[in-house]
Amino acid sequence: MISDKRITLAHGSGGLQTHKLIKNLFRKYFSNKYLNPLEDSALLKTGTENLLFTTDSHVIKPLFYPGGNIGKLAVSGTVNDLAVCGAVPQWISCGMIIEEGFSIDDLEKIVISMKQTAEDAGVQIVTGDTKVVERGNADGIYINTAGIGTRIEGVDLGVHNIQPGDMVIINGYIGDHGTAIITTREKFPINIDIKSDCRPLNKETIALLSKLDGIRIMRDPTRGGVATTLNEFVENQGYGVQIIEKNCPIRPVVSGLCEPLGFDPLYLANEGKLIIVVASDEAQNVIEILKSFPENDNPCIIGEVVEEPKGKVVMETSIGSSRILDMLSGEMLPRIC
Amino acid sequence: MLKYIDEFRNPNLVKSVVVRIHGEFSGKAVKFMEVCGGHTVTIFKYGIQKLLPERVYLISGPGCPVCVTDVAFIDKAIALAHRKNVIITSFGDMIRVPGSRTSLQREKGNGIDLRICYSPMDALTIARDNPGKEVVFLGIGFETTAPTVAAAIKLAADNNVRNFSVLSAHKTMPQAMQALLDSGEIDIHGFICPGHVSAITGIHIYDFIAEKYNIPCVVSGFEPLDMLESILMLIRQINSDNATVENQYARSVREYGNQTAIEIMNEVFEAVDTEWRGIGTIPGSGLGIRTDYANYDAERKFDISIESVRECPGCICGDIMRGVKVPWDCKLFAKVCHPEDPKGSCMVSNEGTCATWYKYAAKENG
Amino acid sequence: MCLAVPMKVTEIDGMEAVAEVGGAKYRINLTMMPDIQPGDYVIVHAGFAIEKLDEASALETLQIWQDIAEFDQNKQSR
Repeated sequence: MISDKRITLAHGSGGLQTHKLIKNLFRKYFSNKYLNPLEDSALLKTGTENLLFTTDSHVIKPLFYPGGNIGKLAVSGTVNDLAVCGAVPQWISCGMIIEEGFSIDDLEKIVISMKQTAEDAGVQIVTGDTKVVERGNADGIYINTAGIGTRIEGVDLGVHNIQPGDMVIINGYIGDHGTAIITTREKFPINIDIKSDCRPLNKETIALLSKLDGIRIMRDPTRGGVATTLNEFVENQGYGVQIIEKNCPIRPVVSGLCEPLGFDPLYLANEGKLIIVVASDEAQNVIEILKSFPENDNPCIIGEVVEEPKGKVVMETSIGSSRILDMLSGEMLPRIC
Repeated sequence: MLKYIDEFRNPNLVKSVVVRIHGEFSGKAVKFMEVCGGHTVTIFKYGIQKLLPERVYLISGPGCPVCVTDVAFIDKAIALAHRKNVIITSFGDMIRVPGSRTSLQREKGNGIDLRICYSPMDALTIARDNPGKEVVFLGIGFETTAPTVAAAIKLAADNNVRNFSVLSAHKTMPQAMQALLDSGEIDIHGFICPGHVSAITGIHIYDFIAEKYNIPCVVSGFEPLDMLESILMLIRQINSDNATVENQYARSVREYGNQTAIEIMNEVFEAVDTEWRGIGTIPGSGLGIRTDYANYDAERKFDISIESVRECPGCICGDIMRGVKVPWDCKLFAKVCHPEDPKGSCMVSNEGTCATWYKYAAKENG
Repeated sequence: MCLAVPMKVTEIDGMEAVAEVGGAKYRINLTMMPDIQPGDYVIVHAGFAIEKLDEASALETLQIWQDIAEFDQNKQSR
């Protein structure tokens, strides 16, 4: 059901409204076997090869933020969507919609950043498109990237693999990207020293998948945050996920932003985080492999897959009680009450 | 070094309070109303209710300023927003609140200039930065927030910032609690009183509740240890057959409140009758801007006309706020009324009873 | 209602101050708390310090419950 007559920002927040829009409008009309699972990438079989194909549009304010810019984000985002689906990312496209009057120096910075990120990730930018729109019709620049990767042989990831007893792992601190963006974008009188975690994650995912058999599913918890991603894992499934609040790695400065504004770090966006569900006997191996990459600042087990309650994410709170952790609903707005 | 946050979330201390609550509770069912939405959030966020004996019920009162702001106020804000050269500034809480026909958030899609503020001072800065525009701040909140808005109005007046004004829906707490008690529809054995309102007003604003209505009151902080200790204090008052006003939150609340804040608030605002969504008009429970500051009163500055006010049929927010019904009693709840498309105001605020129930306790939310 | 958080005041500049929580620095207003000194903890609501935190009261609350918790733990281990 799409109850709003017009699109609001909440439809793009990555939470409940985005999911409803995708399912009730896009999938309704576009429906086909590649699209319908609504994974981060579509699996395409061409002869003997298994290709993964994805696309992602990047509209971000501010264009430059501590730890990255829209260019780095545009490459990382698409690389990561492929990587978490078990692909070796190979080729990327670059579609730019640029506002009349945009600084060419800034454009060059963005392009250089894309090149560096592509090199880091080992992908090539092989095709592109440029459009310029009249001043006022775009917020500086929008970048769409599509990506193609080859699936690592024998890899099968997805919610169908998840079983009670599996462990849920994250590779580091939660909410850094969201915090960096909010503090740079909003004109609130807040000063926070933090960098976005934005970066490609394919080295980690390839290492994990080539060394271990017990990986069930991986996701990068971007918009909507960790809570929304975990809810995607359990939605309509015969199991639930239990998260231990005190095991979730959150920097004090991120809490320092969230508490006064009434935000929850588990709903803040990340751009360099991986959530991995793995068979319990391989959980320690996942941690060790993640630790072998220095960028993963604090890999840890944050919870496990449980039989009950089915279809829900439950969090054991810091005082030892519990509550349901829902999908992001509505935009996160600073509040006083 | 004390940081005043994590210390009050210590699971060991919480456990000891919980043990005492279970040990001392008589077993006779009691209902405690937390007046403040902030308390509601703590209860759900930490799963407080699950730690309590089964027959200790917590119910949410009218202390969420978003929930009690009447439809006409939203309609006026939207009418103002559609005027040429007007920037509406607001706390984030207000923008999803449904008016008669639409919300500020939806009107943003129709091109209104809406800016979210963390502080009323941000709105004043926006006014200074946009001298060619009229900047209207939506003043909502109780005694905690009203002085901050009063301070912004005073500063605007002192510095002659003429393009700044406030549409005030500020409200005061004791009158609302009295109206609730006099409505005769509720069955409450104790009040968990709002700590941050009390930091401004002091604790004696609740005396009449203990004295006249013989209901125990505890002014409470917002951390889990605070709330559980407050519940224990209420149980102890009940056990000793005593009704008094106690202050659990002494680290932030002085007996007579913050006099400077009260003075600022009284200089700019005066008591007026006001409409509470779901409750009705409560005499003397609103804060209107005094004539001395008429230039900063959006109501006087602009001639705002709105079409007739329309509330959503079937919405039982009023009954929920009076504590006589719960969200599951509402036929709209979680079916057509969601946080992303709220029908009634209890779903709008993060702390509204319906939104918190939906978020933390909804059994089905498809 | 009334989301307010304890912060430590680090710098004061007239009626404005910088206050910190978890390393996040907020510019706050001291109009309602004119006598605040650097190092004080204040409750901040909507960018305003609304009250000073009283360390003695806080410690008293915590001490009582720490003692009780210890007593409970000893009783359990016996």
